Amino acid sequence: MAAQRLHKDTGWRLFARTIVARAYPRVIGQQRERVWTLFEITLPLAGLCAYVYVYRALQAPAEFVGFVILGGAMSAFWLNVLWAMANQLYNEKQFGNLPLYVMAPTSLMAVLLGMAIGGMLTTALRAAAILALGTWMFDVQFAVTDGWALAGIFVLALASMYAMGMMCASVFLLYGREAWHLVHAAQEPVYLVSGLYFPITTFPRAIAVAATLIPLTLALDGLRQVALPASAASGVFPVRVEMMLLLVLTIVFTEAARRLVGYMEYLARTEGRLTDPHG
Amino acid sequence: MARDLAIETERVGRLYRPRGRAGAAQPRTALDDVTLSVAPGELFGLLGPNGAGKTTLIKILTTLLLPSSGVARVGGFDVARQAHEVRRRINMVSGGETSGYGLLTVRENLWMFAQFYGLSNTVANERIVELLDVVKLGDRIHTKSSELSTGLRQKMNIVRGFLTDPDVLFLDEPTLGLDVGAARDVRGFIRHWMRDHPGRTILLTTHYMVEADDLCDRVAIINAGRVLTCDTPARLKQRMQHHPMFSLELTRLDEPDLAWLGGLAGVRAVAHRPGDDRTIVELTLSEERVLGPVIASLHARGIALLMLAKREPTLEDVFVDIVGRRIDEVEGGGAAAS
Repeated sequence: MAAQRLHKDTGWRLFARTIVARAYPRVIGQQRERVWTLFEITLPLAGLCAYVYVYRALQAPAEFVGFVILGGAMSAFWLNVLWAMANQLYNEKQFGNLPLYVMAPTSLMAVLLGMAIGGMLTTALRAAAILALGTWMFDVQFAVTDGWALAGIFVLALASMYAMGMMCASVFLLYGREAWHLVHAAQEPVYLVSGLYFPITTFPRAIAVAATLIPLTLALDGLRQVALPASAASGVFPVRVEMMLLLVLTIVFTEAARRLVGYMEYLARTEGRLTDPHG
Repeated sequence: MARDLAIETERVGRLYRPRGRAGAAQPRTALDDVTLSVAPGELFGLLGPNGAGKTTLIKILTTLLLPSSGVARVGGFDVARQAHEVRRRINMVSGGETSGYGLLTVRENLWMFAQFYGLSNTVANERIVELLDVVKLGDRIHTKSSELSTGLRQKMNIVRGFLTDPDVLFLDEPTLGLDVGAARDVRGFIRHWMRDHPGRTILLTTHYMVEADDLCDRVAIINAGRVLTCDTPARLKQRMQHHPMFSLELTRLDEPDLAWLGGLAGVRAVAHRPGDDRTIVELTLSEERVLGPVIASLHARGIALLMLAKREPTLEDVFVDIVGRRIDEVEGGGAAAS
């Protein structure tokens, strides 16, 4: 074994390597556990069917079925943000990986970004499958009015949701074992507040506007306006405004994530408990 | 402080404040005024029972924990204020570690951690193959880490630590829970790595005396957060040589017998290992001529001597001499035997 010193990347190259390396377990994990993917597609789809049949029984307008299918696809991302982003630093602590992440010369933000990108890629497959199967089963008629706006709002929706997950990862870690309860607390209520399966404008205007602080609300509202023209008039804001708001949320959540991860590391080093699986 | 030392600590202390209501309980001292220096190329051992402060010191030196007092430097960089510079130069492996992801293979786990240190894919993959072969894990390179036994998993962790070629490597109880063969392989690997990489430094914590004696250039004995002594294993044992040591196999002794034995004139230390129907007693005497009266006293108390042997001092004897108890007695909270 040669004793000469190894070259090690620093700066942006190390940052990029870290993102790819941390995304890898998520992507490869899905390849190795295909049964999980099957369950993660079929079980939410069964839940969606219930909503579709309720709407049909009530003879609701046809676009409501589209709401449900879009909501089902986007909820896959939301669940991934909660369970595999917001909760992930706590999980890493339990696995014993967190001290190794903190101790490595790389950035914890790169680790979080890797988790986020890996999560997006794997969830995109599930979301696409739910969308395709739901559309086929219930003969949903999507009519995209502006492809660029659709792509823009989708990308910004993912960016803002995963930035929120990165921010929550540090917050939830600070709560220790309560993190699991926090995830639960953020799951079901958001289905209601974001208007996952119904138009958010059903709520009074003030509540609908307040709900747009959750990126999922803006994402759903924007996607519906672009992909289901019948609902275009019932958006909380025009699509371009919603895209701007999503961009602002992305920036705010990312900066908050950066500051919180720094604070989390400071606490870890001061109190010596965050890297202790029993702490 | 000298900047050419690999590791240096100056009066490092660490208090743990109990969480919950302020003032509900007193802070616990995990480290107290620890001053050490380790030169580049040294394999330095921290020897002490569980809870002695070894892991706390390693956490401070690996930038995972801030000292409550004092200064600690690694490679000349302050662990509190220059953490990033320290992190570029170190790595750590802990015994019983469960790091990595069970879904990934051994190679993938190691590659992932190598990326966090900036190794190129080519270099990382070459070194993974090379190091896995050295620790006899080459045939498991494509095995999921969740399918590895404890010993094989620890070998993977050891490779993770060496993979990034750190200037200073911290090994915290690296052979904890390993069977004899796996522990021997790990020790052999550490020895060879130090021989092939003369400038690199290892700080090893262990509560296995034989491991420290076998591997370390110098050893610090630490107990209750304080460094009690620091020297080469040979010199530490040499200090004991003016106190003759004997191993006695006796009929079973109870605690009062041991306390009585420790109180006999000329007996410096008593350590014991109870068996089913007999007790092995390690006696350290102030001088050899005390042995006769000690055996006579045992006989008078009705304790039969089954075997007697004079022996050379070990690091365990040094520990008993300094701390007053065997390391496993300290860990088990047993009563002092001398």
